[in-house]
Amino acid sequence: MSEILLPIIIVAGIGFVAGLILAIASIVMAVPVNKKMEAILEILPGVNCGACGFSGCEGYAKALANNEAKVGLCSPGGDKVSKEISKLLGIESEKIEGKKAVVMCFGTHENTENKMKYQGIGSCSAAAQLYSGIGSCQYGCIGFGDCKNVCPYGAIDIYDGVASVSFEKCVGCGKCVATCPKNIIKLIPDKEQAVVHCSNKNKGIETKKVCKVGCIGCMRCVKECPAGAITVQDFVAKVDPEKCAGCKKCVEVCPSKCIKLLPLS
Amino acid sequence: MYIKSLIAVFLASILTENYVLNKFLGICPFLGVSKKLNTALGMSLSVTFVMILATATTWPIYTYILKPNDLAYLQTIVFILVIAALVQLVETILKKYIPPLYNSLGIYLPLITTNCAVLGVTMLVIEKGAIDLSFGYVQSLTNAFGAGIGFLVAMVLFAGVRQRIEKCDIPKFMQGLPITLVAASLVAVSFLGFQGLVEGLLG
Repeated sequence: MSEILLPIIIVAGIGFVAGLILAIASIVMAVPVNKKMEAILEILPGVNCGACGFSGCEGYAKALANNEAKVGLCSPGGDKVSKEISKLLGIESEKIEGKKAVVMCFGTHENTENKMKYQGIGSCSAAAQLYSGIGSCQYGCIGFGDCKNVCPYGAIDIYDGVASVSFEKCVGCGKCVATCPKNIIKLIPDKEQAVVHCSNKNKGIETKKVCKVGCIGCMRCVKECPAGAITVQDFVAKVDPEKCAGCKKCVEVCPSKCIKLLPLS
Repeated sequence: MYIKSLIAVFLASILTENYVLNKFLGICPFLGVSKKLNTALGMSLSVTFVMILATATTWPIYTYILKPNDLAYLQTIVFILVIAALVQLVETILKKYIPPLYNSLGIYLPLITTNCAVLGVTMLVIEKGAIDLSFGYVQSLTNAFGAGIGFLVAMVLFAGVRQRIEKCDIPKFMQGLPITLVAASLVAVSFLGFQGLVEGLLG
């Protein structure tokens, strides 16, 4: 019996003594932890998306607690989180607008044609290496869903060869923006606004050849817009979301039907 | 004579029995923390500290508790227990008194727990003591201290090597870890040159 008991007693004894010493040491040499930081960490969503520019939620919480970062950089948390943190830190809360991702392309199978029969790896970044993608439009969505795979919230789906972001599910973390090899996903403020769903920078004639709903840069929306929110650069119209009042006039006048009012109801 | 033998043990553990470059123990911190000279220094000093403390506690435990009771087979588990507790203690002390070092060591501090160099020292000195009866407690402590200093020498040397590597034009396929491992092997080979040196000096 003692053959088993003795080793048990010895190991347990050493463990007990070591534990005791550690316990005493942790009390004697306790370092006050930053309570503020822990409280902030509780409020943050904890998705570690990195949209704030820090290394995850912990990094942001630490920077906030040390007054090294601005409140409201957390776009998944949005206004609610920023208000709570401001309350905790005793700072005036700035109203922050959440952001939503939008795919600037309407080039579905119906609207565009494929210029090749692609049999390679089923990923946009692979297909983009080959003659700028499968579709006839070199700027358009490839539709293999690299963005869908990277989205932590399941907000992106592929419809008929074009990615589409659900406004309700999107929190604006920007992961899809960074992933898209064609760089056609953009972050826009979360409000009612017109969005030009085209990224083709070619001249109108060229655009018209490859896509039925491409922006041809005809300037009609620019002339129509009462707020002066639309500009055409590189033969693509662009809406300034801050000026756009959502009057829908550009949507009606667009000959290519590539301007839509978001969020789509 | 006694002092001379201690010096021999000390020098041997630094040069000919270097735990990193000859026995290939503790490679993880050797590659991980050797990027900057000051973190390399801090890491090796805490490893040295833990090595001495670990040997100072495990040697009596082995000699006076485990061995008389025929429990030598418990060596590994008891030693790891003691080392883990010691590392925790060092961590607490560093956190309290030297926070910059604590922050710069980061993840590598808990890694000392599983640093095989520390366990290696504590077990190898006991092995040595079993072969050579004159190799007692003081010699073991000297050996542990030497092993720590040897670790420091290896780390500091290698930090210098790595800083020079950074300025070199390295082919892309060799950049990063591959060239580091090649450099480590070359430094290890150069340490083979010390073979027989201590015996020749003091033997």
